[in-house]
Amino acid sequence: MSVAGPRPATDLAAEVRGGSRRAADVLEEHLAAIDARDGEIHAFNLVTRDEARAQAAAVDARVARGEDPGPLAGVPVALKDNLCTRGLPTTCSSRILAGWRPPYDATVVTRLREAGAVMVGKTNMDEFAMGSSTESSATGPTRNPHDTGRVPGGSSGGSAAAVAAGFAPLALGSDTGGSIRQPAALCGVVGMKPTYGTVSRYGLIAFASSLDQIGPFARSVADAAQLFDVIGGHDPADSTSLNRPTPRALSVVDEGVAGMTVGVLAEYLDGVDPEVAARTREAADALAAAGARVEEVSVPEVLLGLSAYYLIAPAEASSNLARYDGVRFGLRVDAEDTVTMNTATRSAGFGAEVKRRIMLGTYALSAGYMDAYYNQALRVRTLIIEGFAAAYRTCDVLLGPTTPTTAFAIGEKVGDPMTMYRSDVCTIPTNLAGHPAVSVPFGSSSGGLPIGVQLLAPALAERTLFRAAAVVEAAAPVTAAVGGRS
Amino acid sequence: MTDGWVMVIGLEVHCELRTDTKLFCGCPNMFGDEPNTNVCPVCLGLPGSLPVLNQRAVELAMAIGTALHCDIRPSTFHRKNYFYPDQAKDYQISQYDEPLNADGWLELPDGFRVGIERAHMEEDTGKTTHAGTSGRIHGADYSLVDYNRSGVPLVEIVSRADMRTSEQARAYATELRSILVATGASDGKMEEGSMRVDANVSVRRSADDPFGTRCEIKNLNSVRSLGRAIDYEAERQIALLEAGEVVVQQTRHWDEDAGRTQALRSKEEAYDYRYFLEPDLVPLVPDAEWIHAVADTLGLMPAERRARLVGLLEGGEVTDVASQVATVVDLGLDDLVVEAAARGVPVPLALKRTANEAANDAEAARAVEVGAYVALLTMEANGSLSATQAKVVLGDLLAAGGGDPAAIAKAKGFEAMSDDSLVATVAEAVAAHPDEWARFCEGEDKLSQVFIGQVMKATRGQANGKAVMAELQRLRREG
Repeated sequence: MSVAGPRPATDLAAEVRGGSRRAADVLEEHLAAIDARDGEIHAFNLVTRDEARAQAAAVDARVARGEDPGPLAGVPVALKDNLCTRGLPTTCSSRILAGWRPPYDATVVTRLREAGAVMVGKTNMDEFAMGSSTESSATGPTRNPHDTGRVPGGSSGGSAAAVAAGFAPLALGSDTGGSIRQPAALCGVVGMKPTYGTVSRYGLIAFASSLDQIGPFARSVADAAQLFDVIGGHDPADSTSLNRPTPRALSVVDEGVAGMTVGVLAEYLDGVDPEVAARTREAADALAAAGARVEEVSVPEVLLGLSAYYLIAPAEASSNLARYDGVRFGLRVDAEDTVTMNTATRSAGFGAEVKRRIMLGTYALSAGYMDAYYNQALRVRTLIIEGFAAAYRTCDVLLGPTTPTTAFAIGEKVGDPMTMYRSDVCTIPTNLAGHPAVSVPFGSSSGGLPIGVQLLAPALAERTLFRAAAVVEAAAPVTAAVGGRS
Repeated sequence: MTDGWVMVIGLEVHCELRTDTKLFCGCPNMFGDEPNTNVCPVCLGLPGSLPVLNQRAVELAMAIGTALHCDIRPSTFHRKNYFYPDQAKDYQISQYDEPLNADGWLELPDGFRVGIERAHMEEDTGKTTHAGTSGRIHGADYSLVDYNRSGVPLVEIVSRADMRTSEQARAYATELRSILVATGASDGKMEEGSMRVDANVSVRRSADDPFGTRCEIKNLNSVRSLGRAIDYEAERQIALLEAGEVVVQQTRHWDEDAGRTQALRSKEEAYDYRYFLEPDLVPLVPDAEWIHAVADTLGLMPAERRARLVGLLEGGEVTDVASQVATVVDLGLDDLVVEAAARGVPVPLALKRTANEAANDAEAARAVEVGAYVALLTMEANGSLSATQAKVVLGDLLAAGGGDPAAIAKAKGFEAMSDDSLVATVAEAVAAHPDEWARFCEGEDKLSQVFIGQVMKATRGQANGKAVMAELQRLRREG
């Protein structure tokens, strides 16, 4: 069976490339949507109107000259505010980067420019991508467009909300432990985390370097595949970038799942909200109906993922965030001597969650504790990789929920970090393994909140992953429209 | 060294590699440029930047490992975490438990072998200048940081604690410096900081006792300082122990002017560097083919080059030969001697001129036209020029980088004297000093200098000293 899903962004680019729509008009429509509702949602830290208008005009000029501006011609794209943009503020939603303008573009930003995309602004996020609700942002929380009393998820909550609210058809986020997939699920959009090493991290402000990966948000699976194709591929500026040809996921996205084996991951269904579990089982049925063999699989090692992650990620973060010392860039709180200046700057510049994780990570790496904590977590990481490998000996993809619950209320979990951390329990093992995974909207809860199901695949199996995701998308019950509640 | 005590010394040498660009970015690796001009997001540690390993730096590091007889192994990079303003990322990327080069040795000129524990790669820091009256961090009005050096490639060579005297430590530093220069990895300039030596020193009552508590001495800017600092530090530790006190493990700073070491920080205050595997880099695993290709590019090492010169002498008489050979090799001038010997110049003469006059301006000597240099030595060897004249012409050759020594000699009026005129001039000198001549004839050989001096004066230096001596001896013999 073949499916041909919706592809609003790709269609829009086709219209601009064909000359039937002007990029400038497309941009103004989206800026109008932002003006109408971002005051309420706060998806953006910064809307780059002037730069976006210049990019749109350049795209229209190329079309007028008979040139092809590229596969994303005139498509507005929102960028998570941890992606460096030359000359434009890049803050990680942190006070410590206030006023800093990077002197260079992230590789993904360069690739978007080359593909003809129009970048509309920098989206809100949990500070330094540490969080699951976008509430740890120094600029205040982003609200879920489906219910403004609720969180959009995080840490890429601004990007997810921007796509859900129609501010941009596409956005980029980063996923360290679920920071693309979890907010995608909570906001009812597609969000995908690529295989570690397929998308360059050059210009992505690091949270946890061995886990971070940039990925797409879109309103359809095909659009996500298109954006992944544009940003992926080898980059010599990132030593962990895999030297292999640029992916071509879009071209296979409609090829269906006939003959594939899908494993329903038992551990991910355990203890999740019953409505979320039910939707996951419906998605499994849809894959079976489309010709896949569906079986239940168990990867017990994934249950260790959360604990290992909260040692490895903070450990790397404690080192990555050392450079915010007030010496070269960003905030500086002056003091009598350098050490006092460092301390005062970091005390004033970092929020509570960032400080908590720096402390955790510093402790995990400290002499006398390193073997019990950090090194033990690395051993668990290996176990998780082996657990997934065993499952992939019989399965092509795995299926589970993206999140244990639908969007929670703003303020509900901020006082209880452990409960907050648990909302990434189904996404974290993928990062530890370095594998790709995607969250696809699959209907709504009885309360009208979006539910996402998650597909997982082995390293570099993005094409398989997108094919399965398109089948799930085609079978998905309609997700409630944005703006239904407030 | 106080009687009854034995020193134990190990050295850690940081060597800046002579690459065109830095270790993890494309910025120029240049000393002495305008501050903060050779910088980019990577070596400034800007958010989002990532390191990419410099292949040439790896090759130079492998060349050092090969020259030090190390195993070249699969290796990894770690982060060494500590806050300091000239440390751009507030961590240093360095090799930790899996260094590129391990388990080698270095042989001193006297044949003593010092073990090499490891020679690993790491990045250099920037440079902090404390402005204000004190010039030190305490009491500075403000501090300036220059990141031009940030990310410059280093190899740290860690010896085993095999040395027992400051002389051995100085010989090790000198020999290592020559090896680093010979590999092309370094210019070996201690005064510019491209080679930096730290010394670990401890003392014990006898060679059978376990090692004592060691102190690490920093800020050693010359081989001479290294020797002085080690001797001072050993005596300081001995004095403590003889007074019934203990040596505290600490890092100490050598004060060249005061001639003593001062405590910087003790082990209790030592940093916890929280080393962990650098996630932004992948393992460095050189294959056998690459290792062999690097080894094939290596020329002769200093020990081999010294042996080559000694071989040329074939047991001929030369005073002070070891020191001349060492000087010539250390300054990289041995090819001049080899070439001169190949063209028939007596080796002792070539060695003497090269180790003395040429060595005085080694930089010019390394650049001089070899043909011109050999031609000059040939003229001296066959008596066309006296030693004095040859030295003058050599000065001109070095200053000009080459030229025709015969033409220079002619322009200066350095014509070799005919035998007849030499005989006449010597006879005049003898006649003018009858008393000295009588004493010379009775065996006071040193009075020959009087006559040689007279002849030189009369000929304004054009006479060949050896020819004058020969004539004097002929006259005395023939009565």
